Amino acid sequence: MLEIKALNKSFQDVSGKSARTLRVLQDVNLSVPKNQFVCLLGTSGCGKTTLLRTVAGLSYADSGTISLEGKLVEGPGPDRSMVFQSYGLLPWRTVMGNVEFGLEVRGIRKVARRAACQKYIDRVGLSGFEYHYPHQISGGMQQRTALARAFSKEPKILLMDEPFAAVDAQTREKLQEELLMIWNTMQTTVLFVTHSVDEAIYLSDRVIVMGARPGRIVADIATGLPRPRTDSDVKTLARFDELRRVVRRALDDGTRQRIQ
Amino acid sequence: MTETVARSAWQRLRGFTALKMYPYLVRGFSLAATLVIWELYGRTVDPIFLSYPTAICQAVPEMLQRGELQAAVVASLTELFVGLTLAISLGTFIGLLMGRYRTIDYLLDFQISALYSTPNVALIPLIILWFGLDFKAKVFIIFLAGFFPIIVNTYAGVRNVGRSVVDVALVEGASEAQIFTKIVVPAALPFIMTGIRLAMGRAIVGMVVAEMFTAADGLGGAVVAYGNAFATAKLFVIIIALAILGITLTEAVKMLERYTAPWKETERAS
Repeated sequence: MLEIKALNKSFQDVSGKSARTLRVLQDVNLSVPKNQFVCLLGTSGCGKTTLLRTVAGLSYADSGTISLEGKLVEGPGPDRSMVFQSYGLLPWRTVMGNVEFGLEVRGIRKVARRAACQKYIDRVGLSGFEYHYPHQISGGMQQRTALARAFSKEPKILLMDEPFAAVDAQTREKLQEELLMIWNTMQTTVLFVTHSVDEAIYLSDRVIVMGARPGRIVADIATGLPRPRTDSDVKTLARFDELRRVVRRALDDGTRQRIQ
Repeated sequence: MTETVARSAWQRLRGFTALKMYPYLVRGFSLAATLVIWELYGRTVDPIFLSYPTAICQAVPEMLQRGELQAAVVASLTELFVGLTLAISLGTFIGLLMGRYRTIDYLLDFQISALYSTPNVALIPLIILWFGLDFKAKVFIIFLAGFFPIIVNTYAGVRNVGRSVVDVALVEGASEAQIFTKIVVPAALPFIMTGIRLAMGRAIVGMVVAEMFTAADGLGGAVVAYGNAFATAKLFVIIIALAILGITLTEAVKMLERYTAPWKETERAS
């Protein structure tokens, strides 16, 4: 269980004539039960990526706490894995080299970590591609490499930062479907950042809608869609359309308050 | 009827040459024309002022027999190897530190850009005072020529390391030392290789200048000796040897660049 309590964060903006305080996160409270797939949805600048990075331990809050299964988050840790925008694979390392990176930096012996990583490479269906470089494999296989790397630490939560932001619509649908398939077999908590309404509804059990300036949670919507899902069946449901309307309205409310 | 058949065959030939052979044909023609014009004109001029291709070719076996050419090449390559090895190891090291750590950057950046913009030749009298006229002085001049381009490129490579790959390492729990060796160094490697390629060119110039201005030996020394003796054909042999040396070493580093950073191939193409 991930528990975020009263999180606040602001940046000093010195680009203008006088220094201004930008509130990136304002009183963010969120609790995510084990194995739930949660999407953080919002327009750019609403602090969703900052929130994710704070959970990852890459960024620090001014006040408030984050705890994962009772343990306070105070920096990066092996209980959390992150998949970055465009996956963040290291181009000079092979698939195996990328997957084993986390275990390698923690000083696990080569034989042991290779065996552990092989298991995840097999599970995401990359057997036979262990010694290919990222530029030699498809986008889908790159995502699977990133997922294998993320799962190889056996994390309690998987953090995903708009991994599909840079791909075209068709590829995106394929990658989403693949992600759900792999998630199904792994069963872990997921916190997924996106700015796409359809992606958020399609993937998650719960959509957290965020508003900008100050960045805060404006709605918490349970999707209640059946699993396993494929793109073609879920998106035809009346429930999907209804969710789309509700989520859009929440997004609009979040932005409208900013304009006033 | 026969005319159309003949034309289509001609067109096919043209299509083929345009596709594959055309650039080689033009280059080959240009090279042959240059050699012929050089040969014809060269024969009409006093051999002290200009030599010509066949005379240059004839000079080669004589120089090989007397061991002059081999001795010059070996002497030059030894100096180049020692000087460049020093430049690469020290330049990469300092460039990496300056790129990664602000304080070291601020400590050294002014002096390094000042020395980088100073023409090395101006320092030669000083270097002779410090190191004498022999091997050490030459190695130092070559080192100086190669050192700065490597620092500057390594530095740029480190500054160019993406925030995202460092974040990947941080999330995986890497220490600063691990980030340095497992992220920063491999990510900057393509830039370092470019630095080495640029340094190679400058080091060869440094080598020739050093051999001309200190105790004459190697290829640079041979340039001076043959020039003073009005042995113009032999002088051309040395000049051509220098050209071949430059091309070979630069191409070798280019190949190494592609080998060490194959993922950059697509970026390089665009």
